Amino acid sequence: MSVTLASERHPETGQTSREDSPLAVRGMTVSYGQKPAVFSVDMTVEPGKMTAIIGPNGAGKSTLLKAALGIHKPLAGTTTVFGKPVGQQRHRIAYVPQRASVDWDFPTRVIDVVLMGLYPQLGLLGRVRPAHRARAEDCLTRVGMEDFAGRQIGQLSGGQQQRVFLARALAQDADLYLLDEPFAGVDAATEKAIIGVLKSLRDAGKTVVAVHHDLSTVTDYFDNVFLINTRRIAEGPVKTTFVTANLQDAYGGRLAGAQMEALALS
Amino acid sequence: MIGDALLLQLGYNATLVTIGATLLGMAAGVGGTFLFLRKRALVSDAISHATLPGVALAFMVMVTLGGTGRNLVGLLSGAALSAAVGLLLVSWLGTRTRLAEDAAIGSVLSVFFGFGIVLLTVIQTMSAGQQAGLEGFLLGSTAGMLRSDAMVIAVSAALTLALVLLMRRPLTLASFDPEYAVSIGQNVRRTDLAMMGLVLAVTVVGLKIVGLILIVALLIIPPVTARFWTERTDRVVMISGAVGGLSAYVGAALSAAIPAVPTGPIIVLVGFVLFALSLLVAPGRGVVSALARHRRHQRRVHLRQGLLAMAQGQPIYENMTLRLLHRQGWARPDGVPTELGRGRASRALRDESRWQVIRSDPAFEAATAQDDGLTDIETVLTADQLAEVDARIPRAEALA
Repeated sequence: MSVTLASERHPETGQTSREDSPLAVRGMTVSYGQKPAVFSVDMTVEPGKMTAIIGPNGAGKSTLLKAALGIHKPLAGTTTVFGKPVGQQRHRIAYVPQRASVDWDFPTRVIDVVLMGLYPQLGLLGRVRPAHRARAEDCLTRVGMEDFAGRQIGQLSGGQQQRVFLARALAQDADLYLLDEPFAGVDAATEKAIIGVLKSLRDAGKTVVAVHHDLSTVTDYFDNVFLINTRRIAEGPVKTTFVTANLQDAYGGRLAGAQMEALALS
Repeated sequence: MIGDALLLQLGYNATLVTIGATLLGMAAGVGGTFLFLRKRALVSDAISHATLPGVALAFMVMVTLGGTGRNLVGLLSGAALSAAVGLLLVSWLGTRTRLAEDAAIGSVLSVFFGFGIVLLTVIQTMSAGQQAGLEGFLLGSTAGMLRSDAMVIAVSAALTLALVLLMRRPLTLASFDPEYAVSIGQNVRRTDLAMMGLVLAVTVVGLKIVGLILIVALLIIPPVTARFWTERTDRVVMISGAVGGLSAYVGAALSAAIPAVPTGPIIVLVGFVLFALSLLVAPGRGVVSALARHRRHQRRVHLRQGLLAMAQGQPIYENMTLRLLHRQGWARPDGVPTELGRGRASRALRDESRWQVIRSDPAFEAATAQDDGLTDIETVLTADQLAEVDARIPRAEALA
């Protein structure tokens, strides 16, 4: 297959080059068995922006994110983070996995989960000092969970669990935040809290990429979109990319025409 | 005699064995915690059964080379080698074929164990006098253990313990959230391998004392017991180590006092007693406490429903409700409210209508989260908020 680099594709529009991009994926293919879940995908995330990865169920949104992070081994493809291989840039990445991916009956408290975000800094044997604890508590405050620090994580509601995961990512103090369905199955208060935190990260110059499934909030929440349905459909600012033609390409018959008209900024 | 054993008064060798067993129990409890949290406890069963052919082959090799075949380090090296082969087979079958892990464990366990038993039979015909020690590896035996054997066990158990403490953070992360662990650059495959290596070490070291059939119990019972008592990983690890150490200590001491009984089963039974106690009486997760919590909740629900029924002049049919209301002095045995009961009933009804008001108002979202049909709204809202709510209750209801 021939892979056209995004930087070659639009040299004149001044689009982000691979070197500047907080997250650049090239020729990424991931297969479960024989059928590719993600096929030859290129993605170039723009720095300092909030990008939504959208597409229908089973389109490979989460798979793309996990392959970029090395959680799934891709069949082909490379990932660079701020111009260097992802393996050398772990300290600049904070990942928020899907809530359903862990066992919430695990014997651990809310504050312990947030402290996990400081493990790279603590090393194997470094003691958790009052300063570390204060930082973890501060991160809990930012997501409105400061009163829950001593609770066992299984006692939390789904939305609260999601906020604890976000607090753990905040503790890492990264430059690139990758979130897998952060708004899936959360209450309205949590959604508001999370989007508030993400926007403040963006305003502080950080880059945010989230797998997102709720098309009705894309224009309110995000600056850029990346549309995927196994293959890359389109990528760019919401204003020019989140349009009927692209949605039609990504979702096909799964969205009624009228629905798309209502959603997209066509 | 048993008292002497528990107080380490049975001589130097028995004392050394008991101390070695205690260290082994601690190492097994601590290492087993992460195996349990990673939900891979049964892998240890495959590992332990896979040691048997190694023990037998090592014995045969040592005899062929002209030794007695009873050198513990030699036997344990053989055990470690064949256990490692078994472990690799389980993980290969699990990841490279369509076989699920439980099926892989079952196949490896039975085939290796069967092969080991065949080898033991061959050894029996080969040199009847020399093979005396090998059955001890099945169920554990401290009888006739040499001082050097006990030292080997004690030192390796202490090393294993130190290694778990060193790796506690990567082990915790790999058990709780492996995907996140990868994202921050941890090599989870290597962590898993190290965890299995630890389990293998505990198993091999424990062969002589606990025996290969029951070593799995020493890895699983302590963490499961510890889990009843705490919601924190570090404390599960510590309590599990203590439970493992205590079981092994008491078990080894008892078996030193009663030499005819194999050590492994006694250690496991002591561990089981601790488990059963925890299952029953642990606060929070224990059976008794869960039952009491359920009963308390049920009583509150019945009282509340009874009060609401009385307030609205409805008849009460449920015997439990009638009995509880009567016991509180809120109603006569036939359900007719007392003076006190009438007051309580109208308070319950007012509480209910106040909840009704805030349930539909987004401004009270935080308070509504505490609405369980039982909590008194006066404990949730401030006096000012209550006044505001009362002003919005429709007049007819307020009069009732």
